[in-house]
Amino acid sequence: MAPLDKNDDGTPKIGKDPLEIPKLACGASADIHTFEAAPEHNEPLGFPGELLDNWKEVAIAKMGELAEKNRAFRVYLDTCVKCGACTDKCHYFLGTGDPKNMPVARQDLLRSVYRRYYTFAGKYFPKLVGARDLTKEVLDEWYTYYHQCSQCRRCAVSCPYGIDTAEISMAAREILDSVGVGQKYCNEIIAKLKKTGNNLGLNPKALRATLDDLEEDLEDETGIPVKIPLDVKGADILLITPSADFFAEPHIDGLLGYAKVFHSAGVSWTLSSYASEAANFGMFIGSYENMREVSWRIRQAAKDLGVKRIVFGECGHAWRVAYSFLNTLAGPFDFLDQNYPIPQHILEFTLDEIESGRLKIDKSKNDEYVMTFHDSCNVARGSSMGREEGGQFEVPRAVLKAVCNNYYDMDPDTIRENTFCCGGGGGLLTDDLLDLRVKGAKPRMTALQQVTEEHGVTHMAAICAICKTQFSKVMPKYGYDMDSIMSVHQLVANAVILDGQETDEADEPVAEEST
Amino acid sequence: MSSYEVNGQTVEADEEGYITNLNEWSEDLAKVIAEVEDIDMNEEHWAVVNFLREYYEEYQIAPAVRVLIKAIKKQMGPEIGNNKYMYELFPYGPAKQACKIAGLPKPTGCV
Repeated sequence: MAPLDKNDDGTPKIGKDPLEIPKLACGASADIHTFEAAPEHNEPLGFPGELLDNWKEVAIAKMGELAEKNRAFRVYLDTCVKCGACTDKCHYFLGTGDPKNMPVARQDLLRSVYRRYYTFAGKYFPKLVGARDLTKEVLDEWYTYYHQCSQCRRCAVSCPYGIDTAEISMAAREILDSVGVGQKYCNEIIAKLKKTGNNLGLNPKALRATLDDLEEDLEDETGIPVKIPLDVKGADILLITPSADFFAEPHIDGLLGYAKVFHSAGVSWTLSSYASEAANFGMFIGSYENMREVSWRIRQAAKDLGVKRIVFGECGHAWRVAYSFLNTLAGPFDFLDQNYPIPQHILEFTLDEIESGRLKIDKSKNDEYVMTFHDSCNVARGSSMGREEGGQFEVPRAVLKAVCNNYYDMDPDTIRENTFCCGGGGGLLTDDLLDLRVKGAKPRMTALQQVTEEHGVTHMAAICAICKTQFSKVMPKYGYDMDSIMSVHQLVANAVILDGQETDEADEPVAEEST
Repeated sequence: MSSYEVNGQTVEADEEGYITNLNEWSEDLAKVIAEVEDIDMNEEHWAVVNFLREYYEEYQIAPAVRVLIKAIKKQMGPEIGNNKYMYELFPYGPAKQACKIAGLPKPTGCV
């Protein structure tokens, strides 16, 4: 593998321009092969345990079935004109220089085989149209490079035909799963969720114990008994949040923020131990059946608890699934209160509380931070928020600006609809892909470095569990502390003043925000 | 799959070095795993490992990092019971690396 450009201290070298195109390094990431799933990971998902003897026939048939069922997939395979607009859009290409990480090349790994078996020209004149047979080498190459795509869709924004590499990557993983070649990280997690209700494998007793501990922290900090309810029947709001919010830093700080906001708003809310996960890795592996099964738990929990509303916590791809697909996957949600968005994002809830003036804020509590915001790919390019178009960009920024005095955006080519993936999305947030994750984070880290130099930005906020874990792991490689990544609701939590809460500076006036 | 050799016995582990049969854990094995991880076990490392094992026994899962730190803080004081120090003890993270040494399953998910 080509060596990564490194500084003397071993940290990856950052250029001046986050969009800088690297020198081509053919095969640079050809040996990055994420761990394959064992039979006990594949079988609970309905896939063969290991590579089938007749894998070739099954794979070709599956490809045909997907092209038949999913018209978008077929159009994506048929329409590429090789214009090259996407070639420099992928963070993994920018980070590795491997030309097979150019979106068009990634698509062609599958397209070339599709042509061979499903087009006239490819059947009879394969060499003329770049069609190739499906061999074990091709299957291995799919596994390698379709697990170097985080399905972030940045390339799709630049494609004049709207070809979405994420869809092709999902289909490729679905074909691989159908012949018994699954990825350990995703499949182990989905199997665990089916057993325990969440990706972590947290049982109800352990979850309640964790929440008790956090309630203690909240009371120590504020002097107020702020509750984090679990499995409360008849609560108004069911909060669905990534299980990382019960485990990792800075995710937990975000959870404390949600609890403070709900407490301040005076609403009744609950978590569910049955649906204790917002993440839906069924999307990453392109499996409609698994995505549906994971989503169905949310519907079931909402019904069992008799809630009126569903609110989602900070999780990027969960919000894409929730916003864009939940109704078709697990709807109709006619049993919920139709006066509220179904589902609602926690940021929408919090912004309403801020704008109405109900939430008391002391922005100066965040004065030690100079913030920027990393738009999470699935939120940016797969969903919306609030009442206005582009709300998925404006709502998080409005909340951040309401709770922080110091805020600067990064390079416009790297935020909003042009945002880069954090480098760990789409089922790649696994330790065995750490080298790829570090390289894939390079464009974002370069853009961050720019605002650090220009405006003294010290911290970056995100609204996705994957982004938060990825950055806390890779930022130290780029010279930032691991806690330079923050939850948006962590900043909210810092700034909220609850009714009756004694503050350190009791004589200072408390500003009530109305943006 | 990988494995560890301890006192003449072979203990199976997965690709990432987490043992597959949790009953095969022993203090000697912990020392062997720690060596592979380039960690020289001292009293503080053992305090973390022991707490993780006790917690796991009660809840069948590793505690959140914050819960771990709070417990160590109570036991050994704030100089040791803090996030920064935990990462000095276990550079690859107190959750994953310490779990591996304690013979517990790897925490999975977006963590």
